[in-house]
Amino acid sequence: MEISLAAEKIAHIGSFPITNSMVTSWIATVILAVLAFFSTRKMKTIPSGIQNVFETIVEMLLNMVNSVMNDMKATKKYFPLLATIFLFIITNNWLGLIPGVGSIGLHEVHHGKEVFVPIFRAGNADLNTTLALAIIAVIAIQIFGILAIGFWKYAGKFINFKSPILFFVGILELISELSRIVSFSFRLFGNVFAGEVLLVVITMLLPYVGPIPFYGLEIFVGFIQALVFTMLALVFIKMAITDHEHEGEAHNT
Amino acid sequence: MEAETMSMIAAAAAIAIGAIAPALAIGMIGAKGVEAIGRNPEAAGKVSGPMILAIAFAEAIAIYALVIALIIKFV
Repeated sequence: MEISLAAEKIAHIGSFPITNSMVTSWIATVILAVLAFFSTRKMKTIPSGIQNVFETIVEMLLNMVNSVMNDMKATKKYFPLLATIFLFIITNNWLGLIPGVGSIGLHEVHHGKEVFVPIFRAGNADLNTTLALAIIAVIAIQIFGILAIGFWKYAGKFINFKSPILFFVGILELISELSRIVSFSFRLFGNVFAGEVLLVVITMLLPYVGPIPFYGLEIFVGFIQALVFTMLALVFIKMAITDHEHEGEAHNT
Repeated sequence: MEAETMSMIAAAAAIAIGAIAPALAIGMIGAKGVEAIGRNPEAAGKVSGPMILAIAFAEAIAIYALVIALIIKFV
Protein backbone atom coordinates (compact mmCIF):
# COMPACT_ATOMS: atom_id res chain seq x y z
CA MET A 1 0.00 0.00 0.00
CA GLU A 2 1.69 3.15 -1.14
CA ILE A 3 0.52 6.58 -0.15
CA SER A 4 2.34 9.65 -1.34
CA LEU A 5 1.72 13.05 0.21
CA ALA A 6 2.93 14.88 -2.87
CA ALA A 7 1.30 14.33 -6.24
CA GLU A 8 3.47 12.17 -8.46
CA LYS A 9 4.84 13.53 -11.73
CA ILE A 10 3.87 11.45 -14.74
CA ALA A 11 5.06 13.49 -17.72
CA HIS A 12 7.00 16.54 -18.73
CA ILE A 13 6.30 19.31 -21.22
CA GLY A 14 9.78 20.60 -21.87
CA SER A 15 11.02 21.12 -18.33
CA PHE A 16 7.53 21.69 -16.80
CA PRO A 17 6.38 18.61 -14.85
CA ILE A 18 2.81 17.37 -15.15
CA THR A 19 1.42 15.68 -12.05
CA ASN A 20 -1.46 13.21 -11.94
CA SER A 21 -3.72 15.56 -9.99
CA MET A 22 -3.11 18.23 -12.65
CA VAL A 23 -4.46 15.79 -15.25
CA THR A 24 -7.59 15.19 -13.19
CA SER A 25 -8.10 18.94 -12.76
CA TRP A 26 -7.88 19.36 -16.53
CA ILE A 27 -10.49 16.63 -17.01
CA ALA A 28 -12.76 18.42 -14.49
CA THR A 29 -12.32 21.71 -16.39
CA VAL A 30 -13.14 20.03 -19.71
CA ILE A 31 -16.24 18.40 -18.21
CA LEU A 32 -17.49 21.75 -16.88
CA ALA A 33 -16.75 23.50 -20.18
CA VAL A 34 -18.53 20.84 -22.23
CA LEU A 35 -21.59 20.88 -19.93
CA ALA A 36 -21.68 24.69 -20.10
CA PHE A 37 -21.47 24.60 -23.90
CA PHE A 38 -24.28 22.09 -24.28
CA SER A 39 -26.60 23.76 -21.81
CA THR A 40 -26.35 27.22 -23.33
CA ARG A 41 -26.69 26.15 -26.97
CA LYS A 42 -30.09 27.14 -28.45
CA MET A 43 -31.29 28.64 -25.17
CA LYS A 44 -35.07 28.84 -24.74
CA THR A 45 -37.04 31.11 -22.42
CA ILE A 46 -38.85 28.09 -20.99
CA PRO A 47 -35.95 25.72 -20.38
CA SER A 48 -36.01 21.98 -20.84
CA GLY A 49 -33.48 19.22 -20.68
CA ILE A 50 -29.93 20.06 -19.72
CA GLN A 51 -30.55 23.82 -19.71
CA ASN A 52 -33.17 23.20 -17.02
CA VAL A 53 -30.77 21.23 -14.83
CA PHE A 54 -28.16 23.95 -14.91
CA GLU A 55 -30.66 26.75 -14.42
CA THR A 56 -31.73 24.95 -11.23
CA ILE A 57 -28.13 24.68 -10.04
CA VAL A 58 -27.35 28.30 -10.87
CA GLU A 59 -30.55 29.48 -9.17
CA MET A 60 -29.74 27.55 -5.98
CA LEU A 61 -26.23 29.04 -5.89
CA LEU A 62 -27.60 32.52 -6.59
CA ASN A 63 -30.04 32.24 -3.68
CA MET A 64 -27.30 31.00 -1.39
CA VAL A 65 -25.03 33.93 -2.29
CA ASN A 66 -27.92 36.37 -2.00
CA SER A 67 -28.87 35.11 1.47
CA VAL A 68 -25.53 36.38 2.78
CA MET A 69 -25.11 39.49 0.62
CA ASN A 70 -28.71 40.74 0.96
CA ASP A 71 -28.17 42.90 -2.13
CA MET A 72 -28.97 41.56 -5.60
CA LYS A 73 -26.61 44.00 -7.33
CA ALA A 74 -23.66 42.92 -5.20
CA THR A 75 -24.66 39.27 -5.61
CA LYS A 76 -24.57 39.53 -9.39
CA LYS A 77 -21.14 41.18 -9.23
CA TYR A 78 -19.45 38.52 -7.14
CA PHE A 79 -21.48 35.49 -8.21
CA PRO A 80 -19.32 34.30 -11.17
CA LEU A 81 -16.15 33.78 -9.12
CA LEU A 82 -17.94 32.12 -6.19
CA ALA A 83 -20.03 29.82 -8.39
CA THR A 84 -16.96 28.83 -10.39
CA ILE A 85 -15.05 28.00 -7.22
CA PHE A 86 -17.96 25.87 -6.00
CA LEU A 87 -18.46 23.98 -9.27
CA PHE A 88 -14.73 23.43 -9.81
CA ILE A 89 -14.11 22.08 -6.29
CA ILE A 90 -17.16 19.82 -6.28
CA THR A 91 -16.38 18.40 -9.74
CA ASN A 92 -12.76 17.79 -8.73
CA ASN A 93 -13.74 16.10 -5.47
CA TRP A 94 -16.36 13.82 -7.02
CA LEU A 95 -14.09 12.99 -9.96
CA GLY A 96 -11.56 11.66 -7.46
CA LEU A 97 -14.04 8.99 -6.35
CA ILE A 98 -14.60 7.42 -9.78
CA PRO A 99 -13.11 3.91 -10.05
CA GLY A 100 -9.86 4.13 -11.94
CA VAL A 101 -8.64 7.26 -10.19
CA GLY A 102 -5.74 6.14 -8.05
CA SER A 103 -5.78 2.56 -9.30
CA ILE A 104 -4.83 2.83 -12.99
CA GLY A 105 -1.14 3.57 -13.23
CA LEU A 106 2.37 2.65 -14.19
CA HIS A 107 5.04 0.72 -12.35
CA GLU A 108 8.16 2.81 -12.28
CA VAL A 109 11.53 2.49 -10.59
CA HIS A 110 12.45 5.39 -8.31
CA HIS A 111 15.77 5.36 -6.46
CA GLY A 112 16.11 1.64 -7.06
CA LYS A 113 12.70 0.81 -5.56
CA GLU A 114 9.72 -0.18 -7.64
CA VAL A 115 6.80 2.17 -6.98
CA PHE A 116 3.30 2.37 -8.38
CA VAL A 117 2.47 5.73 -9.91
CA PRO A 118 -1.26 6.30 -10.60
CA ILE A 119 -2.13 8.28 -13.72
CA PHE A 120 -5.11 9.99 -12.07
CA ARG A 121 -5.44 11.41 -8.58
CA ALA A 122 -8.08 13.63 -6.99
CA GLY A 123 -7.39 17.19 -8.10
CA ASN A 124 -7.60 18.67 -4.61
CA ALA A 125 -5.38 15.97 -3.07
CA ASP A 126 -2.45 18.07 -4.24
CA LEU A 127 -1.54 21.01 -2.00
CA ASN A 128 -0.61 23.03 -5.10
CA THR A 129 -4.19 23.06 -6.41
CA THR A 130 -5.74 24.06 -3.10
CA LEU A 131 -3.03 26.66 -2.49
CA ALA A 132 -3.77 28.15 -5.92
CA LEU A 133 -7.50 28.31 -5.15
CA ALA A 134 -6.79 29.87 -1.73
CA ILE A 135 -4.47 32.54 -3.18
CA ILE A 136 -7.02 33.37 -5.90
CA ALA A 137 -9.78 33.66 -3.30
CA VAL A 138 -7.79 35.85 -0.89
CA ILE A 139 -6.45 38.16 -3.61
CA ALA A 140 -9.95 38.43 -5.09
CA ILE A 141 -11.29 39.40 -1.64
CA GLN A 142 -8.74 42.21 -1.41
CA ILE A 143 -9.46 43.44 -4.95
CA PHE A 144 -13.24 43.37 -4.39
CA GLY A 145 -12.80 45.31 -1.15
CA ILE A 146 -10.63 47.96 -2.81
CA LEU A 147 -13.02 48.27 -5.77
CA ALA A 148 -16.04 48.57 -3.51
CA ILE A 149 -14.94 51.09 -0.89
CA GLY A 150 -11.79 52.65 -2.32
CA PHE A 151 -8.12 52.00 -1.63
CA TRP A 152 -7.59 54.37 1.34
CA LYS A 153 -10.72 53.28 3.22
CA TYR A 154 -9.82 49.63 2.67
CA ALA A 155 -6.19 50.14 3.75
CA GLY A 156 -7.55 52.05 6.74
CA LYS A 157 -8.98 48.80 8.06
CA PHE A 158 -5.49 47.41 8.49
CA ILE A 159 -3.28 50.45 9.05
CA ASN A 160 -5.02 52.61 11.59
CA PHE A 161 -3.18 55.32 13.51
CA LYS A 162 -6.14 56.63 15.52
CA SER A 163 -5.05 54.89 18.73
CA PRO A 164 -2.52 52.26 19.85
CA ILE A 165 -5.22 49.62 20.40
CA LEU A 166 -6.71 50.14 16.95
CA PHE A 167 -3.20 49.95 15.50
CA PHE A 168 -2.71 46.48 17.00
CA VAL A 169 -6.16 45.38 15.91
CA GLY A 170 -5.21 46.43 12.38
CA ILE A 171 -2.01 44.40 12.50
CA LEU A 172 -3.96 41.39 13.77
CA GLU A 173 -6.44 41.80 10.93
CA LEU A 174 -3.57 41.81 8.44
CA ILE A 175 -2.10 38.64 9.92
CA SER A 176 -5.51 36.97 9.92
CA GLU A 177 -5.92 37.79 6.21
CA LEU A 178 -2.66 36.00 5.46
CA SER A 179 -3.56 33.07 7.68
CA ARG A 180 -6.72 32.63 5.59
CA ILE A 181 -4.55 31.44 2.71
CA VAL A 182 -3.15 28.70 4.97
CA SER A 183 -6.51 27.74 6.42
CA PHE A 184 -8.34 27.66 3.04
CA SER A 185 -5.70 25.51 1.39
CA PHE A 186 -5.08 23.10 4.27
CA ARG A 187 -8.78 22.60 5.04
CA LEU A 188 -9.53 21.51 1.47
CA PHE A 189 -6.29 19.54 1.00
CA GLY A 190 -6.57 17.80 4.38
CA ASN A 191 -10.16 16.72 3.85
CA VAL A 192 -9.65 15.36 0.33
CA PHE A 193 -6.26 13.73 0.97
CA ALA A 194 -7.42 12.18 4.25
CA GLY A 195 -10.47 10.82 2.41
CA GLU A 196 -8.20 9.21 -0.18
CA VAL A 197 -5.97 7.65 2.47
CA LEU A 198 -9.04 6.41 4.34
CA LEU A 199 -10.43 4.71 1.23
CA VAL A 200 -7.07 3.08 0.45
CA VAL A 201 -6.68 1.76 4.00
CA ILE A 202 -10.26 0.46 4.28
CA THR A 203 -9.98 -1.20 0.86
CA MET A 204 -6.85 -2.93 2.06
CA LEU A 205 -8.50 -4.13 5.28
CA LEU A 206 -11.90 -5.21 3.91
CA PRO A 207 -11.97 -5.28 0.10
CA TYR A 208 -15.14 -4.70 -1.99
CA VAL A 209 -17.52 -4.40 0.97
CA GLY A 210 -15.73 -2.19 3.47
CA PRO A 211 -15.39 1.01 1.47
CA ILE A 212 -19.12 1.29 0.62
CA PRO A 213 -20.16 3.53 3.57
CA PHE A 214 -16.90 5.44 3.25
CA TYR A 215 -17.62 6.28 -0.39
CA GLY A 216 -20.91 7.71 0.84
CA LEU A 217 -18.99 9.76 3.41
CA GLU A 218 -16.56 10.96 0.75
CA ILE A 219 -19.35 12.09 -1.59
CA PHE A 220 -20.82 14.07 1.29
CA VAL A 221 -17.44 15.49 2.35
CA GLY A 222 -16.67 16.52 -1.25
CA PHE A 223 -19.92 18.50 -1.39
CA ILE A 224 -19.47 20.04 2.08
CA GLN A 225 -15.89 21.16 1.41
CA ALA A 226 -16.92 22.88 -1.81
CA LEU A 227 -19.80 24.54 0.07
CA VAL A 228 -17.57 25.61 2.99
CA PHE A 229 -14.88 27.09 0.71
CA THR A 230 -17.51 29.06 -1.21
CA MET A 231 -19.40 30.20 1.91
CA LEU A 232 -16.20 31.34 3.64
CA ALA A 233 -15.04 33.25 0.56
CA LEU A 234 -18.53 34.76 0.36
CA VAL A 235 -18.55 35.86 4.01
CA PHE A 236 -15.07 37.36 3.71
CA ILE A 237 -16.08 39.26 0.56
CA LYS A 238 -19.13 40.58 2.41
CA MET A 239 -16.88 41.74 5.27
CA ALA A 240 -14.37 43.28 2.86
CA ILE A 241 -16.92 45.37 0.97
CA THR A 242 -18.58 46.64 4.14
CA ASP A 243 -17.60 50.14 5.14
CA HIS A 244 -16.58 50.42 8.81
CA GLU A 245 -19.07 53.23 9.46
CA HIS A 246 -21.90 51.13 8.05
CA GLU A 247 -20.70 48.01 9.87
CA GLY A 248 -22.80 48.93 12.88
CA GLU A 249 -25.97 48.85 10.78
CA ALA A 250 -24.96 45.58 9.15
CA HIS A 251 -24.47 43.94 12.52
CA ASN A 252 -27.82 45.13 13.83
CA THR A 253 -29.95 43.90 10.90
CA MET B 1 13.80 3.87 21.66
CA GLU B 2 14.84 4.19 18.04
CA ALA B 3 13.86 7.05 15.83
CA GLU B 4 11.36 5.02 13.81
CA THR B 5 9.39 3.97 16.90
CA MET B 6 9.34 7.55 18.13
CA SER B 7 8.10 8.82 14.78
CA MET B 8 5.23 6.30 14.78
CA ILE B 9 4.22 7.34 18.29
CA ALA B 10 4.56 11.03 17.32
CA ALA B 11 2.26 10.62 14.30
CA ALA B 12 -0.38 8.83 16.36
CA ALA B 13 -0.16 11.32 19.23
CA ALA B 14 -0.35 14.32 16.88
CA ILE B 15 -3.76 13.37 15.52
CA ALA B 16 -5.07 11.82 18.75
CA ILE B 17 -4.40 14.86 20.91
CA GLY B 18 -5.07 17.33 18.13
CA ALA B 19 -8.59 16.01 17.57
CA ILE B 20 -9.80 16.33 21.17
CA ALA B 21 -10.47 20.07 21.16
CA PRO B 22 -12.11 20.26 17.70
CA ALA B 23 -14.38 17.34 18.59
CA LEU B 24 -15.51 19.13 21.76
CA ALA B 25 -15.92 22.38 19.84
CA ILE B 26 -18.07 20.82 17.11
CA GLY B 27 -20.17 19.10 19.76
CA MET B 28 -20.80 22.38 21.57
CA ILE B 29 -21.58 24.27 18.35
CA GLY B 30 -24.00 21.54 17.28
CA ALA B 31 -25.66 21.46 20.71
CA LYS B 32 -26.21 25.23 20.77
CA GLY B 33 -27.38 25.24 17.16
CA VAL B 34 -29.89 22.45 17.67
CA GLU B 35 -31.12 24.10 20.88
CA ALA B 36 -31.66 27.36 18.99
CA ILE B 37 -33.64 25.52 16.29
CA GLY B 38 -35.69 23.71 18.95
CA ARG B 39 -36.54 27.01 20.60
CA ASN B 40 -37.57 28.63 17.31
CA PRO B 41 -38.23 26.07 14.55
CA GLU B 42 -38.97 28.76 11.96
CA ALA B 43 -35.41 30.08 12.22
CA ALA B 44 -33.93 26.70 11.23
CA GLY B 45 -32.67 28.01 7.87
CA LYS B 46 -31.13 31.13 9.42
CA VAL B 47 -29.41 29.19 12.23
CA SER B 48 -28.06 26.30 10.17
CA GLY B 49 -26.08 28.57 7.79
CA PRO B 50 -23.71 30.11 10.35
CA MET B 51 -23.68 26.82 12.28
CA ILE B 52 -22.24 24.90 9.33
CA LEU B 53 -19.69 27.68 8.85
CA ALA B 54 -18.60 27.54 12.50
CA ILE B 55 -18.34 23.73 12.33
CA ALA B 56 -16.09 24.06 9.27
CA PHE B 57 -13.81 26.49 11.11
CA ALA B 58 -13.52 24.10 14.08
CA GLU B 59 -12.95 21.08 11.84
CA ALA B 60 -10.12 22.88 10.05
CA ILE B 61 -8.04 22.71 13.25
CA ALA B 62 -8.44 18.93 13.36
CA ILE B 63 -7.40 18.82 9.71
CA TYR B 64 -4.21 20.79 10.52
CA ALA B 65 -3.34 18.15 13.15
CA LEU B 66 -4.09 15.38 10.65
CA VAL B 67 -1.81 16.95 8.03
CA ILE B 68 1.05 17.12 10.55
CA ALA B 69 0.50 13.45 11.43
CA LEU B 70 0.53 12.51 7.73
CA ILE B 71 3.69 14.54 7.13
CA ILE B 72 5.42 12.80 10.04
CA LYS B 73 4.39 9.40 8.73
CA PHE B 74 4.99 9.76 5.02
CA VAL B 75 7.72 12.36 4.58
